[in-house]
Amino acid sequence: MRSLLRQCMRGLAVAAMVVAVAGTANAQQVVKIGLLATLEGPFAAGGQDGMRGAELAVKQRNGMVAGKKIEIIKASSDAKPDVAVNATRKLVEQDKVDIMVGPLSGSEGIAVKNYSKSQPNITFINGSSGAQATTLQDPSPNFFRFNTEGAQWMVGLGEYAFKDKGYKKMALIAEDYAFPYSQVQGFMTEYCKLGGRVTHKAWVPLGGKDYSSVIAKLPGDVDALLVVLGGADAVNFLTQYEQAGGNKPMVGGSITVDQTVLDFKGKRRESLLGTPAAGPKADHYEGAEWKKFVADYKANFKDGFPIPSLFAFVYYVNMKAALDGLEAVNGDLSGGQAKYREALKNLKLQTPTGVVTLDENRQAIGTTFVTEVAKAADGSFYNKVVKVIPNVNQRLGMSKADFEKVGLGSRDVPNCP
Amino acid sequence: MTAQSRRRWLWTLVFGLPLLALAVWGLVDNAKLFLTTALNGLTLAALYFLVASGFTLVFGLMRNVNLAHGSLYLLGAYVGWVVGDKTGSWLVAVAAGFASAALAGLVLQVAVFRFMQGQDLRQTLVTIALSIMLADVLLWIFGGEIYTFDPPGAIFGRTSLPVVQVYPTYRLVLLAMSAAIGVLLWLFLNRTRVGMMIRAGVDDRAMLAAAGVNVQMVFAITFAIGAGLAGFAGVVGGTALSIAPGEDTRYQLASLVVVIVGGMGSVVGAAIGAVLIGVAEQFGLAYAPTYSVMFTFVIMAVVLAFRPQGILGRRA
Amino acid sequence: MNAGAGRTAWPRTAAPRPSPAPAETSAHWLRRLGGRVRPRHVLVLLVALAYPLVATPFFTFQVGAQALALGLIALSLTFLAGYGGMVSLAQMTVAGIAGYMYAIFATSGTDISLGWPWWLAVLLALAIATVCGIFIGWFSVRTEGIYTIMITLAIGVAFFYLVQQNYSLFNGFQGFQSVKSPRVLGVEVRDPVPFYYLALFWALAGYFGVQYLLRTPFGVALQGIRDNPRRMAALGFHVTAHRVAAYAVAGLIAAVGGILLVWYNGLVSPGSVGTSWLINILVIAVLGGMRHPIGPFIGAVIFVLLQNFAVDLVDRERFNLLIGGVFLVIVLFSSDGVLGWWAAGSARLRARSAQGRLGRRVEA
Repeated sequence: MRSLLRQCMRGLAVAAMVVAVAGTANAQQVVKIGLLATLEGPFAAGGQDGMRGAELAVKQRNGMVAGKKIEIIKASSDAKPDVAVNATRKLVEQDKVDIMVGPLSGSEGIAVKNYSKSQPNITFINGSSGAQATTLQDPSPNFFRFNTEGAQWMVGLGEYAFKDKGYKKMALIAEDYAFPYSQVQGFMTEYCKLGGRVTHKAWVPLGGKDYSSVIAKLPGDVDALLVVLGGADAVNFLTQYEQAGGNKPMVGGSITVDQTVLDFKGKRRESLLGTPAAGPKADHYEGAEWKKFVADYKANFKDGFPIPSLFAFVYYVNMKAALDGLEAVNGDLSGGQAKYREALKNLKLQTPTGVVTLDENRQAIGTTFVTEVAKAADGSFYNKVVKVIPNVNQRLGMSKADFEKVGLGSRDVPNCP
Repeated sequence: MTAQSRRRWLWTLVFGLPLLALAVWGLVDNAKLFLTTALNGLTLAALYFLVASGFTLVFGLMRNVNLAHGSLYLLGAYVGWVVGDKTGSWLVAVAAGFASAALAGLVLQVAVFRFMQGQDLRQTLVTIALSIMLADVLLWIFGGEIYTFDPPGAIFGRTSLPVVQVYPTYRLVLLAMSAAIGVLLWLFLNRTRVGMMIRAGVDDRAMLAAAGVNVQMVFAITFAIGAGLAGFAGVVGGTALSIAPGEDTRYQLASLVVVIVGGMGSVVGAAIGAVLIGVAEQFGLAYAPTYSVMFTFVIMAVVLAFRPQGILGRRA
Repeated sequence: MNAGAGRTAWPRTAAPRPSPAPAETSAHWLRRLGGRVRPRHVLVLLVALAYPLVATPFFTFQVGAQALALGLIALSLTFLAGYGGMVSLAQMTVAGIAGYMYAIFATSGTDISLGWPWWLAVLLALAIATVCGIFIGWFSVRTEGIYTIMITLAIGVAFFYLVQQNYSLFNGFQGFQSVKSPRVLGVEVRDPVPFYYLALFWALAGYFGVQYLLRTPFGVALQGIRDNPRRMAALGFHVTAHRVAAYAVAGLIAAVGGILLVWYNGLVSPGSVGTSWLINILVIAVLGGMRHPIGPFIGAVIFVLLQNFAVDLVDRERFNLLIGGVFLVIVLFSSDGVLGWWAAGSARLRARSAQGRLGRRVEA
């Protein structure tokens, strides 16, 4: 028994050594990139697709950049910030990655950003975390986010809902945490300014599945519902709303009518048709770059979704930024990666949805799409583009002073009952 | 009036009067909302009862706190979905959910728990380990996507009711199904031979063995039924609320609280506990959403503080 | 009802040594200590002290210090479960309360934090967490065995929902980020080597403290209550008071571990006190073995190694399966975790060597 234990310990030590040695050899010919996504729990599907997106960016370059081989070291978290920091610390300090790409969820992003301050010689690039505070509050000089965040994703939708759809009064159903707060802020900043009113806000605790009572409380005199739920919760809400006799049109958040929701294995989908939403991508956008991206994704991943999800797209953009930056400096990561970071700061990133540049907090300024759910010829659902809004910045078009007066999104910010 | 009955009246008044006042206020304020919420609570309670009844049965007889009960729920739901998808019949899916979970439970009892009789803590730890592993295996096979069922249109529309106006038919069907299962379970426990053996075993296991009954067979049957109920609830509940990873923990905690409140080993207690918890959850969600998630646990803490064996439980 | 058959038969701890005689000279005490100290004790202590000198900062910090902090929290569970017979899944909750209280009173990136001096925040956090531990104990002490597991699990989950939903005090879903650890005498406590030695100090304090406590009349009475509460009550011991006191001690130990963890993570969020962490602490305690206070630290080292390096051995996405599998194997095949295997192994070795010495003349 004791010898068995000793053998196991020896095996573990050997494995660790092999990993370390494999890492240190060929250091000059290899650039190591750590990739962190949430592969456990409710975000697992998103995390898997995020990894596919990042891998696609590597595959498009045939695994090489600036003459060096790209080595991806993966790690998994479970949407908890302490686990994410542990995984990141292992990738950075133990596996000695040069660049970090990740994490997936908002609060993990803030924790990783804080960690990045203690590692000034490593460059951290976001995965898909979309919390406003990551770059607006106490930003880190070596944390870069090439994807727009939750509030930016809703810019344009407020105006579309008010003017094009004619919804003057709305009720809100959203989950009670940071990401929906930012989405609601992105929507309501515009909507309230135009004169729209959100008369009822139902903040549902995270993890709640039974919306019947929330639905019962919805006021009957609103024109539409703003539904900012994601994944399984969105599916449940839609089913229960339809069953409870609800017939108000809906306006969705960015993950309410994401591909994972449109794709759910079941039949209750008809009520979704025509729902406007907004996000950083639109499934059937006619842009050439986007079409190429979708074709590449489908060709490389037979087990993926019919259209790459939000997570795949965002991870792809960030990994592409990491690699494009490497190419711009010809793989030169010396001097504490200072040149590389300069290149990233000034990068005009070509993404499948347009050009992305960074603002002074290293946050992306990018494009937002306003979409509507439509049915494709083969019967599957997709998001059709109705408006393209370029150059959306994190302060939602407001000046620094104005935005700071309003503050970040929360349960009561913004308010226009 | 004896001192005991006087105390009981006092407690009923202490808890009942504020609740009655709140109910009257709710009815006056918005009758439709109040009654809809009450119905929602009852139908949610029906689902909780289905899941918890199996759990309490297994504990009552075998003193095995099966913390993998939620995983069996998920297992039945996924298997039921696959079968339903292949055969196109929701009823076959329900049967498959029950059968697969029952089979899994049978295997667990015969292959693992039989050898750990009497070591309650160890059994609990094994069930924890199994639940971690089962959850990961299911995530591996079925991925993180959301699965929903496709029941016959007749039960998935809406019905019109007085005051409430419109109500999802399926939830009423769920309520009816639960009531039926509850009655069947009661009949099984109280009117059949095997049920009699189970009840005797709950009271005194050693005596049951001494009376010449094949105790291991009774245990196996009980575990199979308990697990089967979880799988059945998986398909039925998954139709109402969709299946996704994480459902196992949710229903595990719900069964735990329901059974603690209702009393371990008592099916009627499970029903009472389920009603209390279901109604509290829905009313909390409707009238005080921010902290509604804590209500169930507050109720549980209160019950445990004043009556640790649960409402209908028996002191160990 | 099933009184004999239903009793928790496991784990079992070794019978305690009797308390020392009242009149004792210091030389006598030293001699007793010398007699009890084995070579392996000295070896482990030396390894623990010398570890940062040979290990990389990553190993010192993420593996060593984290294992010590988690081991301390698991020690509180081992104390309660192994020696008090009460398996409480709410120890991580108590640690989380300490972490949250520290974050609220000290400095962090969130506006709610008060910014008081660190030592004041630590004292307040320890006090509040221990009081909460006593409350949890008071609730749970009326239950026994399996019920205790369930009620403490439910209390833990209730606390999780409380901190997730409440923004005025606990900052809800985001929790407290950038919690500042103190800077003492020019040394940043959170640097790998100082933090490791701090964690080691408190781990040793917890370990020796528990060892000492178990030999006091209180500790012996507690173990008696674990074995047969009715008899102890008949002998005149106040069973409930002893149990609540045990929860208080365990609460204090867990609170210290909680402060170490909040310094280690630099953050505290609802995820830190969620279901998975509550179960993880139980896994750690069981992995190591509940028969001796070294058990939780052994379990913590195994757990941290698995958490960090399982992803290198198994497919990244499947390491939950691996951890569950290891746990299952240990529970099924060992009577008491790693320590149980050790004891069984050494007993077999001793038997074999004794048999060898007796030669062939074993047949009576």
